[in-house]
Amino acid sequence: MRRLPTAVRSFLPFLVGIPIVYLLQRVFEAQGWDFVALLLVNIGVNVVLAVSLNVVNGFTGQFSLGHAGFMAVGAYTAARITLSYAHIPILGLPLEWSQQLVFATALVAGMITAAGAGFLVGMPSLRLRGDYLAIVTLGFGEIIRSIIENTKALGQATGLSGLPRLTTLTWVGAGVIATLLMARRLAVSTQGRALFAIREDEIAAEAMGVDTTGYKVRAFVISAAYAGLAGGLIVHVLQLATPRSFTFIRSIEVVVYVVLGGLGSITGSVVSATVLTLLLERLRDIQSFRMVGYALLLIILMLARPQGLFGTRELWDLPFFKRRARKAAEATPGVTP
Amino acid sequence: MSDAANPLEIVNVTMRFGGLKALSEFNLVMKTGELVGLIGPNGAGKTTAFNAITGVYPPTEGDVRVAGVRVNGEKPHTICVRGIARTFQNIRLFKQLTALDNVRIACHAGATTGFFDALLVTGRYRSEEDRIRARAEEYLSVMGLSHRRDELARNLPYGEQRRLEIARALATGPKVLCLDEPAAGMNPAEKTDLMQLIRSIRDQFGLAILVIEHDMRVVMGVSERMLVLDHGVTIAHGKPEDIRKNPKVIEAYLGDAYLEEKHIALSQEASK
Amino acid sequence: MTEFLQHLINGLSVGTIYALVALGYTMVYGVLKLINFAHGDVYMVGAFAGYYLAGTVTSEQATLGRASLITLASMLICGAVGYVIERFAYRPLRHRARLTALITAIGVSFLLEYGFQLDAIIKKPIEFPPGPSPRFFPVLLDLGDPFTFLDVTVPKFDVLAIAVAAALMVGLQLIVYRTRFGTAMRAVSFDSNVAGLMGIPVNRIISGTFVLGSMLAAAAGVINAGARHKIDPLFGLIPGLKAFVAAVLGGIGSVPGAMVGGLVLGLAEEFVVGYTASSYRDAIAFTILILVLLLKPQGILGRVTVEKV
Repeated sequence: MRRLPTAVRSFLPFLVGIPIVYLLQRVFEAQGWDFVALLLVNIGVNVVLAVSLNVVNGFTGQFSLGHAGFMAVGAYTAARITLSYAHIPILGLPLEWSQQLVFATALVAGMITAAGAGFLVGMPSLRLRGDYLAIVTLGFGEIIRSIIENTKALGQATGLSGLPRLTTLTWVGAGVIATLLMARRLAVSTQGRALFAIREDEIAAEAMGVDTTGYKVRAFVISAAYAGLAGGLIVHVLQLATPRSFTFIRSIEVVVYVVLGGLGSITGSVVSATVLTLLLERLRDIQSFRMVGYALLLIILMLARPQGLFGTRELWDLPFFKRRARKAAEATPGVTP
Repeated sequence: MSDAANPLEIVNVTMRFGGLKALSEFNLVMKTGELVGLIGPNGAGKTTAFNAITGVYPPTEGDVRVAGVRVNGEKPHTICVRGIARTFQNIRLFKQLTALDNVRIACHAGATTGFFDALLVTGRYRSEEDRIRARAEEYLSVMGLSHRRDELARNLPYGEQRRLEIARALATGPKVLCLDEPAAGMNPAEKTDLMQLIRSIRDQFGLAILVIEHDMRVVMGVSERMLVLDHGVTIAHGKPEDIRKNPKVIEAYLGDAYLEEKHIALSQEASK
Repeated sequence: MTEFLQHLINGLSVGTIYALVALGYTMVYGVLKLINFAHGDVYMVGAFAGYYLAGTVTSEQATLGRASLITLASMLICGAVGYVIERFAYRPLRHRARLTALITAIGVSFLLEYGFQLDAIIKKPIEFPPGPSPRFFPVLLDLGDPFTFLDVTVPKFDVLAIAVAAALMVGLQLIVYRTRFGTAMRAVSFDSNVAGLMGIPVNRIISGTFVLGSMLAAAAGVINAGARHKIDPLFGLIPGLKAFVAAVLGGIGSVPGAMVGGLVLGLAEEFVVGYTASSYRDAIAFTILILVLLLKPQGILGRVTVEKV
């Protein structure tokens, strides 16, 4: 495994995962299981949101309430690009291929602009203490929404409609793989450890040579980028980008995913995002009950089990996985488990 | 050979918090390999001095120079990379992380890989990770904590926690190590071990060590020279044996009445 | 000039509402170091309490006495609500991480907002919960034609509202600075551990603080509803956030700060919107918040605290 060149090794999960998801997608299409596919798309987007927010709220222990704002930035960027270019065959390619290329570009562009927004918001805000940071990120989220509502080019309050339905299970699968890969690699890395250190004791981390502000901003930027990816994906399934999809209520929903799963646990975020999205499907008719349910869930959770379902534990902390890792480490000298 | 700058020079540092003068004209020059003790009653300004040195607060007046470079107002992490490491009065370990991770984080001070390398798992990243792990293991073994590497820091017994904090500080590769009450909460046997440990760290790593300590036996046992603070003012500076007999020091700690008693005891000792 | 005065009066009118609600935020933050996200919703509960009371309380006449009674009753109801929230949602978390309490506060806020949006469970004597549609808040006082001077129109109700709000604020100042309770409250806000050691019943003081803050929010809710007449369960959301901004602007934890902050915010909003005809009304508050937190986080009247390492 280690003998493969870096490029291949880095992207191996994609090379394996995407064909599998694509196969799944074709199966669903053949069987006409649109409903299931849509459900999985929603779950996937929520997983991306939850895991990306976990990087800031869970790994780094900062409390961001503005995730929806970054979603919006990514969504609108992607939407503007697809609206302008998705129907034109570019580079002499047949329309189908051209569309996919445009979509890929749109998603990446969305990630970049969202990352930029993350930087602009993070730089000044991350000097602030916990509760203040929460409010400021909330405020920035609302300001982003206000700007969108007042910008003609972005459709103002009505939004941008008629977006091509380019998000497929495969694209969402790719997004989920990308997010999980990012989070997992970060968690086991030096940089990730620095984030944990910041969460545990910022003053000590600073004293041990960790540039806390720099790391916090970087975590924020990465988190925002992936939120932008989620935004780009979701609007191309809804085929509509409106400010109403990106209120701070949405931000709080993502916070619930993360807190329920356990701040700092990637596994937890995946599980809770999945469970809650499924639950929502069941309770589709009872809109206000859903929020009341969320609210009670939050309160009871905080009172009874604030560490959430998984605390900071991960699937790979299970003895089974640890033993395999240790065996691998023993087999090859000098390997990092 | 070039004239190597002193690892730490503190020149006329004053710390004011609002109207309160916590530290007045504090001066200290540390040479490589020196062991200096800093003592004084509670509230004398010892930790404030540490905080000024390590960049937690910028000095209101005066200069702090690390290896000849003025570091006033720099952020603590920059000062750490320049060569000052510290432990904390109330242990500030990364509680939910393992002992190994605690030390590994300190090893990163000045590491060259960034987020990009980590996310793509480049070759450079992997070798850096291996290097960091090896170094961390080394520091753990120096402090006798290798068997605890996978234990969460908060689960360690108190004495080991203090040692871990020292291991962590050492892992940053400092020129000056500042220990803030390292013997607090230890029993006499542990304190003796600590004194031995401090000396052996100095010998093995060749760094200067500044120790704040309340236990007189410990601090006088390890220090080559000492400073005494009282209400932010340096009231005495010299060898431990001189400090021990200095009336101003005794008065600061114990007041006039004790001075009387001690005077009698000292003269009795002298006449033996 | 006329325009200026008009905006001034409107600004004061809005500002006093913000100030009353901001006081609750600031007092609770002072004693608990917690941002009570649910406070804006207590304001909403106050408005609804007034609505229900006005519908059921005896006579149809709009008299000053009846209006006062309704206001007082809804203040008491909200005081109780505040007490319950603190006792069951926040007190158990007193010693946990602040973020835990913050999340709980968000939960309580949602519970109130969305709980009130559920369809009615109780049908008589009142329809509760009220459901998502806005309700019409009855006219509590018919004071006749508005004042006009210098071409400025000022509804008499607004003048009364400002007067009542001012009276309440003066009352609060007296409580905080002239009574034992107030002194105890301030002691707890400085250091609750030490205050406890000095024999102050910290739990009771904190409860009292919540009750007081909630009562002021209720008054603000009734007054505002009396002026604008339309209330719905999300009625406290934006004003709540803005009142929080006002508290931060004035210096969170400072009682006079909350009053100053509320007035400044109200005036700023009115003047900016008035003179630029922009639709960025709500964003103004958030912009001010961000500017304050970045430039002068302790606010106008707050103290700079240095954290001891």
